[in-house]
This record gives sequence, C-alpha cells and structure tokens, in this order.
Amino acid sequence: MVARTIVITSGKGGVGKTTTTANLAVELAKIGKKVVAIDGDIGLRNLDVVMGLENRIVYTLVDVVEGACRLNQALVRDKRIENLYMLPAAQTRTKDAVTSEQMCEICSMLSDEFDFILIDSPAGIESGFRNAAAPAQEALVVTTPEVSAVRDADRIIGLLESMEKRGISLVINRLSPKMVKRGDMLDISDVVEILSINLIGIVPEDEAVITSTNRGEPLTFQAVGPAARAFSNLAKRILGEKVPFDELEHMNNKGILGHIKKLFGV
Amino acid sequence: MAFLDRWFGRNKTKDEAKERLQLVLIHDRTDLAPELLEQLRAELIKVICNYLEVDDKKIELGLEREDRTVALVANIPVKNIKRYIPNAKNK
Ligand SMILES: Nc1ncnc2c1ncn2[C@@H]1O[C@H](COP(=O)(O)OP(=O)(O)O)[C@@H](O)[C@H]1O
Ligand SMILES: [Mg+2]
Repeated sequence: MVARTIVITSGKGGVGKTTTTANLAVELAKIGKKVVAIDGDIGLRNLDVVMGLENRIVYTLVDVVEGACRLNQALVRDKRIENLYMLPAAQTRTKDAVTSEQMCEICSMLSDEFDFILIDSPAGIESGFRNAAAPAQEALVVTTPEVSAVRDADRIIGLLESMEKRGISLVINRLSPKMVKRGDMLDISDVVEILSINLIGIVPEDEAVITSTNRGEPLTFQAVGPAARAFSNLAKRILGEKVPFDELEHMNNKGILGHIKKLFGV
Repeated sequence: MAFLDRWFGRNKTKDEAKERLQLVLIHDRTDLAPELLEQLRAELIKVICNYLEVDDKKIELGLEREDRTVALVANIPVKNIKRYIPNAKNK
C-alpha cells in the first residue's frame, strides 16, 4: 500500500478544516479504506475532540519525533469503526517542536500501512502550515463563501502551487442555501470562478455539525443530514466517483416544499 | 431604501462581495508576483517596437485603482514611428 497523503488547509482559521478532516476520515473508513488522520495543529490540537478520541491519547506526534515512543504507540485506533486511526498533536508544545522533514519521515513510515493519510493543517501560512503541507501530494483547500476566507484561500493556493502540489481541490463549507437564494452570499460559481481551481466538495451550513461535535461523534457516524451527505459525497469524489453536485438542491427539498412534494409523490 | 433596492434585484450584497474580492485579489496577486508585471512589460515593449520606436527607459506601466475598477495604465513615450508599408510585416 502506498497512501494518498492529503493536507486539509485554508489560510484562515475557523472555516472547517478540522471538521472536514474528521468527517472525511470517517467516510473513507466507512467505504473500507484504511485511514489515519494526523493533527498538524501542534499547540492547539482539536482533531481529538472533534473525533471524540481525546480520552484515549497516550503519546503524541512530538513524542514520536523525539523518540519517546514508537509510532504505533502514538496511533489512536477508533473502536467505533474499523480501519480508522488518529495521530494526535501535542497540546503543550509549539509548532517548532516538529520540522517539515520529520513530518515527511512520519508519513513515509505510515504510507505502507494506510490507504489515506489526512493531515489537518493549522491556520496561517507559517511553519505550522508548511510542516503540515510538506508530506502531502494533494491538498484540499477549505473556504467559506466570505470575502476574507476566499482571499486567504487564494493565498494558500498560491503557496501550494509554489510547493508543487499536484492535486489542489476546493471544498466550500458553511454554505447557506437561504442566503444564496436571497443574493446575500457568494454562490458556488462565484467562488470557483474567482479561485479557478477544481471544486470537490460543497458542505451546507448544518447545526448537526455542532451537535455532533458536542458529543464527540463525527457526523457521518449517524446516518443522514445535509452536511453528512456532503462529506459522503466528498469522500466518493476523492475516490474518483462522479457524484453530481446536488448538495444544495437536496437540502432545499427537505424544507416544507420538499415534504409537500413527498406527500404528493412528486 | 435597501429594501427597495432588494425588491428590484439591485444591491445584492453578494455582488458587492464578488466585486471587492476580485479587486483585492488583483492587488494581492500582483503584489506577490511583481515578476508578472515585469514580464508583461518586456513582452509589451517587444511588440510595440515592431511598430514604433519608443524610449524604453521612460516607460511607466502599472495597475491603477479607480473607485470600482482596476486599469492597466501605460505611459510610453514615442521617439519615432516606422513608415507603414501595406501588406508587409513591419520588421
Ligand atoms: N458546515 C458547518 N455547519 C455548521 N457549523 C460548522 C460547519 N463547519 C464547521 N462548523 C463549525 O465551525 C467551527 C470551526 O470549525 P473547525 O473545523 O474547527 O475549523 P478550523 O479547523 O478550520 O479552524 C466549529 O465550531 C464547527 O463546529
Ligand atoms: Mg482546526
């Protein structure tokens, strides 16, 4: 096995990198792929709580780098689903505790064991981002449909291109169909036109993202809902399946009109 | 009057967002890659020289922002113009 190594990044903080990493990891594992999600946000780790694995951490990535433990000892296996692992970041250290070379080394050790290595990048364009991006061949750039987030995404895309990443794809998160319809939110074609990169995922604003984080269960453990469906589509597209971009239509059909339509079978 | 504007489909905030983003990215991208304008300048001079004799030391070229648009503004002093021969490539 040689893992596909994908960094999930954005420039701006709070746009959904960690949410995307966690849910994509679960979706790929559900399909049967062996996945490890690495928390690249050293000093501000969050992937553990979003995945609900915070109580199972013994060692961290920094311990591996410093030789305090073996790589296998630091990997946290998700007991709820087969084939899913997480490599936690250290909370009490700074980004300088790891170098790009060490990140690459860790990933090359994992590469034989896994189908996918997903790296959750910290915000910003400095060393934390560079360390997270260094081992990746591919990148998912996450943005929300807002001026500041799209601007930062543009900057990150420029940096990823200069690092010669091959597949750079875009995930638009927190889209509100209602606001788009009203003309008060950049729509998908606006964002894609401005950034001119390959679109791979559209994730609607969905309260279930927050309630599932409250519980420490990635959304995609429970069945359906607009965001869960969106992450499932994202995983399929990453595996090369041609899935139509109907995330928002699907959501609209769930409104009152959708229920009426269902009643009348149309 | 915002509600009236909206009523008539004007002044959607997303149009403003898009316009502002496009402008700010023109600046971000050129600030980050000044080579882009340098290359444009060099190629532009090459083409112009097929037709005109210009003073390439005095050429000014840059992006200028005016209210809601960005324009490529060039000031190119001309020293001489070539004699135009119909149907012939000016070389
Ligand atoms: N599609 C969504 N709908 C609703 N809330 C979301 C969505 N995506 C992310 N969030 C919320 O936004 C916040 C930031 O998300 P997070 O994944 O931590 O961003 P990042 O890792 O980029 O900083 C979290 O509180 C998360 O629950
Ligand atoms: Mg995060």
